[in-house]
Amino acid sequence: MATPIEQRGYAKPDVLVSTDWVEQHLTDPKVRLVESNEDTLLYASGHVPGAVHVDWTSDLNDQVRRDYITREGFASLMSRIGATKDTMVVFYGDKNNWWACYAFWVFQLFGHTNAKVMDGGRVKWLKENKPVSREVPSYPKTTYAASERNDAPIRAFRDDVMAHLKKQGQLVDVRSPEEYAGTRMHMPDYPNEGALRGGHIPGAKSIPWAKAINPDDGTFKPAAELKKLYCDDNKLSPSGDTIAYCRIGERSSHTWFALTYLLGFGTVRNYDGSWTEWGNLVGVPIER
Amino acid sequence: MPDKLDQLVNMFQMFDPADRTNLLLSYADQFKEVPPAVATRPFPKSHQVPQCESDAYVWAHRQADGTLQLYFAVENPSGVSAKALAAILDKTLSGLPASEIARLNTDIVEKIFRQNISMGKGLGLMSMVQAVQALAKAAV
Repeated sequence: MATPIEQRGYAKPDVLVSTDWVEQHLTDPKVRLVESNEDTLLYASGHVPGAVHVDWTSDLNDQVRRDYITREGFASLMSRIGATKDTMVVFYGDKNNWWACYAFWVFQLFGHTNAKVMDGGRVKWLKENKPVSREVPSYPKTTYAASERNDAPIRAFRDDVMAHLKKQGQLVDVRSPEEYAGTRMHMPDYPNEGALRGGHIPGAKSIPWAKAINPDDGTFKPAAELKKLYCDDNKLSPSGDTIAYCRIGERSSHTWFALTYLLGFGTVRNYDGSWTEWGNLVGVPIER
Repeated sequence: MPDKLDQLVNMFQMFDPADRTNLLLSYADQFKEVPPAVATRPFPKSHQVPQCESDAYVWAHRQADGTLQLYFAVENPSGVSAKALAAILDKTLSGLPASEIARLNTDIVEKIFRQNISMGKGLGLMSMVQAVQALAKAAV
C-alpha cells in the first residue's frame, strides 16, 4: 500500500490527489475528472463516473501540423468538457498516468494551473474496485477565455535543445535503454515510427520514465526514492535547467511532471519533438 | 478471407467511429476465456502471442469433424482490444476447417479497429491474427 501523498516528501504534493479523494469528489461541481489514455477503447469500456474523455490525438494535437491546439482550440475543448477557469481539472489514465501527465502538460501550456493528477491512475482505481461507468456525462458548455499558449517555460524546441547542448545543460532521455543505446528505434512492442538514426542526444542521462512509478499500483515513488534516482544515481541538479525527451514527448511529460512537482526542479522543459525529430534531423550530433 | 469474418469486417467498415467503438465493446463483453479443460494458469509460453502487451494466449483444437475450435486468454485486465479481437476471431472462425482459417490476413486489424487502434496495440493485435494463422497452418 502506497504511503499517503502528503507523507512522501514531495516539493508540491498538492498536485496529486488520491483515488480516495477522487471518490469523495465524484459529484463536486468544481472538479472535472478527465481520463486520457493511449488505448481509445478504455474510456468507453468503463471510466470513473462523471469523467470526460480527452484524447491526446484528436483533442490536444493540431489535426494538420505537428503542434498542439491553438488558444481557440483549447477554449473549445474547455467549453466541451464544461470547465471554467475556476474548475479543478483532475487527470488520470492508463499506462501509469503517462497520457494523463501529457494532457496535464498541454493544459499548462495554456496556463490552466488548477490541475491535478490522480495518483495511480486507472490501474489503481480498478484494483481498488472503485465504481466505473460507461455513461458518457454531458456538462453545460462554458465560455472559457483561454490564454494564448505559452510554450517557452515548459516546452523545448530543437533550437532550444541545440543551445542547451552547447551549454552542456541537463538532458534526460526517458526511453527504454535499448532506444537510448540505439539498438532499437522504437519502444518494445511498438511500431517503428520512422526515426532514421538510433541513439541519444549527447550527454543525455538514461532514466526510463517508469522508474518513477511503483509498478504494483502505478503510484509515484516517494521523494526520497525519486531523489536517489534522479539526483544521486544520475547526478541531476534540481537547480540546473533540464530538458526531458522521449519519442514524441509523451513519456517525457511524465518525467517532466515528476521533476517539476515532486522533486521541485526549477526549470524543466519537455522536448516534444523528441527522437522522432532528433533522429531524423540532418547533421545533429548523436551518441550511441 | 473466411466469409463470416469478411462480412463482419465489412460491417465494421460501414460504421461511424462511435458505433464502431460500441460494437468493439460488445464483442469484448462476449469474450470467453479458455476453459480449464483446455488450459490452466500458468498458461504455457508456447501459446503466448508475441508482442501483445495485453498478455494474450491462443489455442486451436481440432474437433471430431476436422474443424478447429479457437480458445483465447487475455491476462491484462485493460486488454479490451485484445478481448474484442479474440471474441471476433472465435465467433467467425471457430468451426471452420484449418485451411480456411489459414487464409487470414492481418489487414483485418486496421479495418476493424480504425481510429481505435492505439500505438501500442496495433502490433499486438496483428500478432494475435498471425498466431491464429500459424496454428491453422500447422493443423492443415
